[in-house]
Amino acid sequence: MNATLRNTSRLTFAALRALLVLSLITGVLYPLVVTGVAQGAFPDQANGSVVELDGREVGSSLVGQTWNDEDGNPDPRWFQPRPSAADYDAEASGASNLAADSPELLELVRERRARVAAFNGVPESEVPVDAVTASGSGLDPHISPRYARLQADRVARARDLDGAAVRTLVDDAVRSRVAGFLGEPRVNVLQLNLDLAELDR
Amino acid sequence: MSPVLADLLQVSALIAALALVHRPFGDHMAAVYRSTRHLRVERWTYRAIGVNPDAEQRWPAYLRGVLAFSAVSVLFLYLVQRVQDRLPLSLGFQPISPDQAFNTAASFTSNTNWQSYSGESAMGHLVQTGGLAVQNFLSAAVGMAVAVALVRGFARSRTGELGNFWADLVRGTVRILLPVATLAAIVLVAAGAVQNLSDHHAVTSVTGVTQHLPSGAVASQEAIKDLGTNGGGVFNANSAHPFENPNALTNLLEIFLLTVIPFSLPRTFGSLVGDVRQGRAVVAAMAVIWLTGVVLVTVLEFQHPGAAAQAAGGAMEGKEVRFGEGGSSLFAVSTTMTSTGAVNSFHSSFSGLSGGVLLLGMMLGEVAPGGVGSGLYGMLVMAVIAVFVAGLMVGRTPEYLGKKIRAREIKLAACSVLITPTLVLVGTALAVALPTPPDSARNPGPHGFSEILYAYTSASNNNGSAFAGLNADTDWYNTTLGLAMLLGRFLPMVFVLALAGSLAEQRPVPATAGTLQTTKPLFTQLLVGAVLVVAGLTFFPALALGPLAEGL
Repeated sequence: MNATLRNTSRLTFAALRALLVLSLITGVLYPLVVTGVAQGAFPDQANGSVVELDGREVGSSLVGQTWNDEDGNPDPRWFQPRPSAADYDAEASGASNLAADSPELLELVRERRARVAAFNGVPESEVPVDAVTASGSGLDPHISPRYARLQADRVARARDLDGAAVRTLVDDAVRSRVAGFLGEPRVNVLQLNLDLAELDR
Repeated sequence: MSPVLADLLQVSALIAALALVHRPFGDHMAAVYRSTRHLRVERWTYRAIGVNPDAEQRWPAYLRGVLAFSAVSVLFLYLVQRVQDRLPLSLGFQPISPDQAFNTAASFTSNTNWQSYSGESAMGHLVQTGGLAVQNFLSAAVGMAVAVALVRGFARSRTGELGNFWADLVRGTVRILLPVATLAAIVLVAAGAVQNLSDHHAVTSVTGVTQHLPSGAVASQEAIKDLGTNGGGVFNANSAHPFENPNALTNLLEIFLLTVIPFSLPRTFGSLVGDVRQGRAVVAAMAVIWLTGVVLVTVLEFQHPGAAAQAAGGAMEGKEVRFGEGGSSLFAVSTTMTSTGAVNSFHSSFSGLSGGVLLLGMMLGEVAPGGVGSGLYGMLVMAVIAVFVAGLMVGRTPEYLGKKIRAREIKLAACSVLITPTLVLVGTALAVALPTPPDSARNPGPHGFSEILYAYTSASNNNGSAFAGLNADTDWYNTTLGLAMLLGRFLPMVFVLALAGSLAEQRPVPATAGTLQTTKPLFTQLLVGAVLVVAGLTFFPALALGPLAEGL
């Protein structure tokens, strides 16, 4: 009995020492080395790809934002992002988790479709899928080129700009698939809106 | 280019990369576990632990090492979370509650990485890097060690000795996981994943809204989270979060990382038993099941059945624009068929039948290709069952790799295979029968049942992904799912190591004309059949109540 106890405690201490040594290697050295290299070689990316406007930090090119007016409604002067289950709160990422046949989601999709169509003055049939569905992260920085083009005329009207100029802006903002076949074509909403601010100076 | 063609190219690129890498990488892993030399850092480690890495262990000693190390890991991880407010770099977060801290400790130690918390609003930097990410390495290394011990059981005869657990643990960490993770982490940072130890960064948007951009050692954790088939992300949205998975290229890299070790280990197995064709037959079975899953889910998601998805015109709920349906489906199947559980899109919003395929991927026991280590030993146990069934058909004593599969071996294999189904079905049945646990479901009807079934399947098979609508942060789910994770991880290991010991003691029997050739396509078919039949018979009734009822 005593021998068993002694063996067990010896084994436990060996296990504890193993955990501590390996924690030092994988939990302290490894993240510090990667952080060191990251901060040295890629400081912009490592710190969140922060984007500036007139020297002021206005967001991250990777994280979506709301573009609302003072009352919290979508501002017609800006390109609008996808719906978000997290309301673009960067400290509360997440999805709706509603099922593909959920009555609640069906109702939401119909509401969003009607709202987007009315807001942009287009028929409901023209509203693309990304405009009526919430992303996985709740922070999707992108919209589809179709959704961006659909918004161009409305933005131009709200800002009293030339429609063709805004449409060109959108076309320039479209990014094709990575390497031609990875992912989907997309438009970064923050970048597009910053280009828009530049145009409307 | 049409989305379908682009997706075909994407899947082909992944397969090409895996085909290219699995041989040299599998051989490298074989060399690591066969090596008689010790690196300097390894020698220091052994000295600090106080063990002799060259001392051979029989299966009970090997198992005691696995269990002692894992028990200490659970306890340590629990304590770190409970005192996080007193630790540096805690970002002002409170200690984690006892039930959630137990759940999380069990989760990360068992390579499950089920997360009943939201990373960005609960866990400080030190808990993430020094606690959770450490187990991303170590639980993976433990899985590989057990797999290698089983392979040695096949490769060795008349000894009963299976190697040294401490040496296998340290080598797997230092020579396999660390170098690849470091390289991958740096690539991820270059592509946009964040890597810092600062506070959350406040910016004011153009429209005057303050946004707190989350911070953390994200890239370093992301790399090992995928490579070690762990899945526990720094953030709640996991690999859907742009800071964890910024673009389509990192998406493909992450899918590659989470499949590369499981698809390379059969090569290691073949190399260690002295016949790489044995590994090829096993990897072929894994690849057939995985690819079938990829095709099914991708086609379903492009078709997007389901009333809400039909009304929306696509299956983009819970998916990111930069990945689309194709990149999300490929990730989803790869994460559930390995034991990863990371998500780049939310499985609960996949179509009913897609969700069923993802569930089935886990129910197969995660052997196609399965978790790091656990996939290989799970598949080898299935191979034992497959040759046993074949032996029954022709009335011969079955053999595998020159070892007789006798009553003792088949009992151990059967016990190992039956544990997770028991945990899944009993756990789900209890949760559904009791008054309050069903209230946690987010969706009504069959999908609500699927959420609960998915939770117990994911926990017992050490996956970690979720139909995340389920509110699992309750005493009931934290406790029962925590137990399911621990039992689902360590009980099979007991039987696997006992099986390894039993095999290693045998004297090899020479192959005769009547021996089933386990290097041929026929054996691959038999193996796929065994995997599908065992899981199919066990889980069909449960699947009929959930995803089948929903999707048909």
